[in-house]
Amino acid sequence: MTDSNKTPSGNGTGNGKEYKWVGTRAVRPDGVDKVTGRAKFGADLHLPNMLVGKVLRSPHAHAHIRSIDTSAAEALSGVKAVVTRDDFSDQPKGAVQPAGEMTINYRDMVRNVMAREKALYEGHAIAAVAAVDARIAAKALSLIKVDFEVLPHVIDPVAAMESGAPIIQEDLMTEGMEQSPGAMTNIAKRVEFGHGDVAVGFAEADVVIEREFTTQPVHQGYIEPHACVASMTEDGQGELWLSTQGHYVARGHCATLLGLDVSKLRVQASEIGGGFGGKTVVYLEPLALALSRKACQPVKMTMTREEVFRATGPTSGAHLWVKVGATNDGRITAADAVLKYQAGAFPGSPVAQGAQCAFAPYELNHVRTVGYDILVNRAKVAAYRAPGAPIAEYATESVMDEIAGVIGMDPLAFRLKNAPKQGSQSSYGPKFPVIGCIETLEAARDHDHYQTPLKPGQGRGVATGYWFNIGGQTSATLNLSEDGSVALVLGTVDVGGTRASLSMMAAEELGIDLDKVRPMIVDTSALGYNMLTGGSRVTFAGGIAVVGAAQDLIGTLKDRAAKFWDISVDDVEWAEGEARATNGYTDNMQPLSLQEIAKDMAKTGGPIVGAHSINAQGAGPSFGTHVVDVDVDRETGRVWVTRYTVVQDAGKAIHPSYVEGQYQGGAVQGIGWALNEEYIYDDKGRLENAGFLDYRVPVCSDVPMIDTVIVEVANPTHPYGVRGVGETPIVPPMAAISNALANALGIRFTALPMSPPKVLAAIKAANGDVTTAN
Amino acid sequence: MAKYHITTRINGDDVEFLCAPEQTLLDVLRDDLRLTGSKEGCASGDCGACSVMIDGRLVCSCLVLAAEVGGQEIETIEGMAEGDRLHPLQQKFLDFAALQCGVCTPGFLIAAKALLDRNSNPSETEVRYWLAGNLCRCTGYDKIVRAVLDTAADMRD
Repeated sequence: MTDSNKTPSGNGTGNGKEYKWVGTRAVRPDGVDKVTGRAKFGADLHLPNMLVGKVLRSPHAHAHIRSIDTSAAEALSGVKAVVTRDDFSDQPKGAVQPAGEMTINYRDMVRNVMAREKALYEGHAIAAVAAVDARIAAKALSLIKVDFEVLPHVIDPVAAMESGAPIIQEDLMTEGMEQSPGAMTNIAKRVEFGHGDVAVGFAEADVVIEREFTTQPVHQGYIEPHACVASMTEDGQGELWLSTQGHYVARGHCATLLGLDVSKLRVQASEIGGGFGGKTVVYLEPLALALSRKACQPVKMTMTREEVFRATGPTSGAHLWVKVGATNDGRITAADAVLKYQAGAFPGSPVAQGAQCAFAPYELNHVRTVGYDILVNRAKVAAYRAPGAPIAEYATESVMDEIAGVIGMDPLAFRLKNAPKQGSQSSYGPKFPVIGCIETLEAARDHDHYQTPLKPGQGRGVATGYWFNIGGQTSATLNLSEDGSVALVLGTVDVGGTRASLSMMAAEELGIDLDKVRPMIVDTSALGYNMLTGGSRVTFAGGIAVVGAAQDLIGTLKDRAAKFWDISVDDVEWAEGEARATNGYTDNMQPLSLQEIAKDMAKTGGPIVGAHSINAQGAGPSFGTHVVDVDVDRETGRVWVTRYTVVQDAGKAIHPSYVEGQYQGGAVQGIGWALNEEYIYDDKGRLENAGFLDYRVPVCSDVPMIDTVIVEVANPTHPYGVRGVGETPIVPPMAAISNALANALGIRFTALPMSPPKVLAAIKAANGDVTTAN
Repeated sequence: MAKYHITTRINGDDVEFLCAPEQTLLDVLRDDLRLTGSKEGCASGDCGACSVMIDGRLVCSCLVLAAEVGGQEIETIEGMAEGDRLHPLQQKFLDFAALQCGVCTPGFLIAAKALLDRNSNPSETEVRYWLAGNLCRCTGYDKIVRAVLDTAADMRD
């Protein structure tokens, strides 16, 4: 092993090195549980004396709640508790806290988990009951009488910005506006990023293209609905089991909403059946805790799929305006965009992130992006994989493709000509650190896919995507057992193989077999704070914490060996899983293995533990370029993706299979977003397709194999060079597919999804001419 | 309301249970028999996470009333491994990293086994259409399809 001197603040020299575990395709430690049905997900816990909780939800998109009468429900035999808005204290105004990739405002959160003055969207929780079984709980819901005064509603973001639109939050003030609109508004925030002067840039352009786009809300679509079991005791202590991306974050939210000391609530994350950002927030959990506090019995709550669609997630639908200018030789002179994102019923759409990412794959002298966060009568948006970026980059990458076509340049050559590199000023402000944008574009250009001629009637599209990635608070501990095996104690929820990647880094550092490292994700009382799994942060930040814990453990192991040999610790080194004496002692002292030191730890000072807690900084941004071929059924408008290649910079792939898995999964979610998925509302603001039959996510027969190329431009702030990989893959697909359709049909689509009826209508309208559809 | 008394076989064992008329087989498996390997993703037969075999037929257990299964032979994910020996599909899913979150995995394994029991040499297209009733939101299906095709090749050897 040559890397035992790596420290958490290493130099990213890991790239290209030979490792024993890092870079291999080891079987994941939680795998057997997941292929045998043993793994316990949110709804799989049963406790003695457990009640079933259910939620009464608003049938209206917008309504005053005049009164709620729960007396008949409470009187029903078998009902143990009923809670409404009266069971939650209001939260102070204006307290907004950053939380991962999104922000939180507890005054909004208490209203989102349980409606107070108004029901703000169809599916908004109005009351919850806990009863001895599901049938009685359902009966109790039917006995609750709610007096609604139905109000006009608005869902379209452009309509919601107009004067005279129904007002969602009467006390809303617009952040970031130079002047107050003067009247009540649904505009929660205006943001602006950029540098230079776009007017000057457009004056330098030979070609200018300006387009408007729309996208619809799409749901994260995790297969496991939200579920939890809450248990409060008479003395005010509590336990919570839930499917979440972050149990420490959920603990903080629940404790705040229920007025509990944070440490009185012990929270355990179940296995999570998908999240994609949608399980970073709480919905059922505060209700279950409140019900359990009243009943003093455990309460289990699970959502139906319909509830998931109506009351959780999704991401924003949007209206987008993009204008780009370029010279005839392919240099972009100016780029400008205005993005209007639905926030749902409370502020907090990811429009700022969208505005920051919109032009990030380009080095620009004159760039501006403006974003508006718009309240509408729809569930509050939750993070969805690179929140905000796919929407913005769908529009910008469509225009980039079109302008490359107009000036007659290959779209990848056009991107390469304008690509950013280390030191380039990003379109949103900071200078880029070491990035792999150019390497990724070149790998796509040189790939067999891009070189292979298309069949007649097919089209090919490309698009590039960008995401920042994040670090954040992370703790990890390694507990040495007496036989030399090691427990790796983690607090970061594993959504797709991070127990494997983190264990591999621990084994690599310690120089021991992977089989000797047993990872465990523990409850909130058993390890220091861990921010949620999001921002593609776990292999990055968790990796730094685990490497740090291993270095800490090795420090103690060297101390013990020095003690045993009675030499200075400076004369001991750690290599290949053993302590070795150096500096002239080499001949006298036989190396001491981890097992030998562990066996005698009682004699040399007692238990041996390595720990590391950090707030990780320096997450390496990741660029990806996708190449897609499509075939169009001209009679039905059905688009078939016939070949797909994802090229993305991973920094360093710790476990290549799970890196590929992120690339493939993100691409297929993007295919759904591009071709099928959308929220469809009736004229009363009620969702018409709240199920997997009508909200159609891609199925196995819809998609081809997804080829992957892992580019590795090491991130210098990680000991192995890791960049986050989970989010960037969903950024390029929508534009790549739209660009492929333009190539196949000569029709430029400007609205998502490009579902069969829309494609067919566009084909009919075009009559074979090149035109702009929608 | 009176409950039905049902006698059936699950994973080779005789099983008796009482169920209400509206309870599905999935409800009884999960809530009463505590066989929680079958998952509820939609309760409408769209996601396949609750896939089980009844008398050799692949079904969504969320669409079957528990009261219907008297005298039938039910196979769930809990019965797929034999003793300490994983089924070849289970092992291949691990080797090929054909799962991320894993919540859809039991349903995919039951469905894939049902395919290979009928067709030892399926084409990629046949695998994709057979598995079109099982939703996976994590993997993009690539590694799942490869795992099934490779298992079929191994089992033919």
